[in-house]
Amino acid sequence: MGTIAKDTHHDHEHKPTGLKRWFFSTNHKDIGTLYLIFALTMFFVGGAMAMVIRAELFQPGLQFVDPQFYNSMVTIHALVMIFGAVMPAGVGLANWMIPLMIGAPDMALPRMNNMSFWILPFAFALLLSTIFMQGGGPAGGWTMYPPLVLQTGDAFPFLIFAVHLLGISSIMGAINIIATVFNMRAPEMSLMQMPLFVWTWVITSFLLIASIPVLAGAVTMLLTDKYFATSFFSAAGGGDPVLFQHIFWFFGHPEVYILALPAFGIVSSIIPTFSRKPLFGYASMVYATASIAILSFFVWAHHMFTVGLPIKGELFFMYATMLIAVPTGVKVFNWMATMWKGSMTFETPMLFAVGFVILFTIGGFSGLMLGITPVDFQYHDTYFVVAHFHYVLLTGAVFALMAAVYYWLPKWTGHMYDERLGKIHFWLSTITANILFFPQHFLGLAGMPRRIPDYNIQFADFNMMSSIGGFAYGVTQLLFVYIVIKCALGGKKAKAVSWEGAKGLEWTVPSPAPFHTFETPPKIKKGMLENG
Amino acid sequence: MASKGTKKTVITLFIVTVLMFGFGYAMVPLYDVFCKITGLNGKTIRVVEGDVKQEYSTDRLVKIRFDSNINGDLPWKLKSNVKTMKVQPGKFYEATYIVENLYNGDVIGQAIPSVSPQIASLYFKKAECFCFINQLLKPGEVKEMIVRFEVDKDLPEEVNALTLSYTFFRAKKVAVN
Repeated sequence: MGTIAKDTHHDHEHKPTGLKRWFFSTNHKDIGTLYLIFALTMFFVGGAMAMVIRAELFQPGLQFVDPQFYNSMVTIHALVMIFGAVMPAGVGLANWMIPLMIGAPDMALPRMNNMSFWILPFAFALLLSTIFMQGGGPAGGWTMYPPLVLQTGDAFPFLIFAVHLLGISSIMGAINIIATVFNMRAPEMSLMQMPLFVWTWVITSFLLIASIPVLAGAVTMLLTDKYFATSFFSAAGGGDPVLFQHIFWFFGHPEVYILALPAFGIVSSIIPTFSRKPLFGYASMVYATASIAILSFFVWAHHMFTVGLPIKGELFFMYATMLIAVPTGVKVFNWMATMWKGSMTFETPMLFAVGFVILFTIGGFSGLMLGITPVDFQYHDTYFVVAHFHYVLLTGAVFALMAAVYYWLPKWTGHMYDERLGKIHFWLSTITANILFFPQHFLGLAGMPRRIPDYNIQFADFNMMSSIGGFAYGVTQLLFVYIVIKCALGGKKAKAVSWEGAKGLEWTVPSPAPFHTFETPPKIKKGMLENG
Repeated sequence: MASKGTKKTVITLFIVTVLMFGFGYAMVPLYDVFCKITGLNGKTIRVVEGDVKQEYSTDRLVKIRFDSNINGDLPWKLKSNVKTMKVQPGKFYEATYIVENLYNGDVIGQAIPSVSPQIASLYFKKAECFCFINQLLKPGEVKEMIVRFEVDKDLPEEVNALTLSYTFFRAKKVAVN
């Protein structure tokens, strides 16, 4: 604990104030906070669009919005949630926690860090402004398949440039994280001693660097196809629209692990703490994460089983997809083994983490179903797919992010959050999310297509149920905002080690974490880290 | 002040980023090669008739269906003169299509062929085709167009029928096919 005393005493806390502090910030904690606030804001923006969607689907027939607007809601909801909520929330946590976890004073490239955050508001200003344009926002789905997306009006270049900016921002973030972890770790910390959250973020960063440029290339080809008479995807000029799908999903499948891997890291930090046992199979967790990442580059065509692939291709992509279940299974069983015979307590972070393990696994199983080529022909583009990816993204990634916020909130604010409200938030979220998404499995199996504002009356009951769950889930998240604000403003003082059984360097600094930490690298003592 | 190690990491990662951007573009020719090998996008093969040794021995007959489509924004009508044809693999045949311009102005169109099942496209050879060049039609013009083709005698046994489909697109520029 020598480092703490040192940090607080010889103190150059010349913290900038006001607007300057936030606009010009190069402090990893401030930038982390900005990322997290931005992500939460976008979570509500995207959530509001989801409410429009669920309101329209509450009953069959067209009630509130016209189909074009409905489709633009579907499209922008996806882009906002993926690139505006889940990814920035993950980067925000990485910013806050990675330097604290590896004993570094800050990120390796603080100015680039500032830039990669401040690009985001501009990118979303571009994207969201399209809603108010003549012709409306992009409505061809977030996957931007040509030739449909090329019919987008004035919104089209805004969409493309927004995607470019988001890509630049995430690549800069990824480079920063890798540079930090590889060059600024406390000298005594080996790679295999790093917390799993750091490991998952390193691997996620490699995924970002390898996949986002491919997306940038694909959307640039769309742009030149529309405005500069190239024919990458136009059959008339000798191109092939299916080629876009190959390029897009070459990015798209690693992207789903970009969203999921940090969640795995979060849960791997929280479950050991509240089980009061070290993580079971640390090394296997690292290797499983790396295998998932590598395999993710060889399964992309399972998103396109119905485009007319050669039978050998379909078999290859089916088997490769099945193979990913192996390392993912290793992870799930490791989490279960960590809890096995542990002295478990169920504070809110643990509730969300356990909820994650169960509900993410449901999403994983429906993913396996979709990965089976012959049945995918039935499930393709139905609500079954919608149910699947919301289980892995909402009750998966978002639940893990919520868990992370509750887990580290005492470290950030110096106060304990209201445990009773936290638990209420968890139970309401879990119940409503399941009411929202579970019926969609049945709708999909019965043949309800996605991205359509109207439906046959045979789907009416499950849709109404789903909408009620959706509204309730949306309202419940306001409670989350209340809990976070309440905690930031006051509450029971948090100890440096805010949770009994919490390990890792982040708990060796006081709560709230001072503006500058680890200006001299910490000495690592036995038992200080989760591993080693 | 970034350390030396950091600089090295950043430069390496930046190079990887640029390479991956290039890889996205490299997928375009790679895909073409892949399609040529597998017949994936149903594109047919162009040959010079004199170069093809004509030998048709067996009494095997393959059924060809002729299909025609017009892409949304082209004001044309396209029809094949015969719906089906029985051909002997290894022999050249001719089929004709009728195209009509319904618009009161010049329009340039480009036909894009596609053969299914995909595997058959690797054995479908054309010596002459209206799809080799752009077609310009004057207002109301009706034109008969020919395609001269051969089904290779090595066509896999299990294929005893195939579909030759043409879609006419409005041509933005002169395209070679």
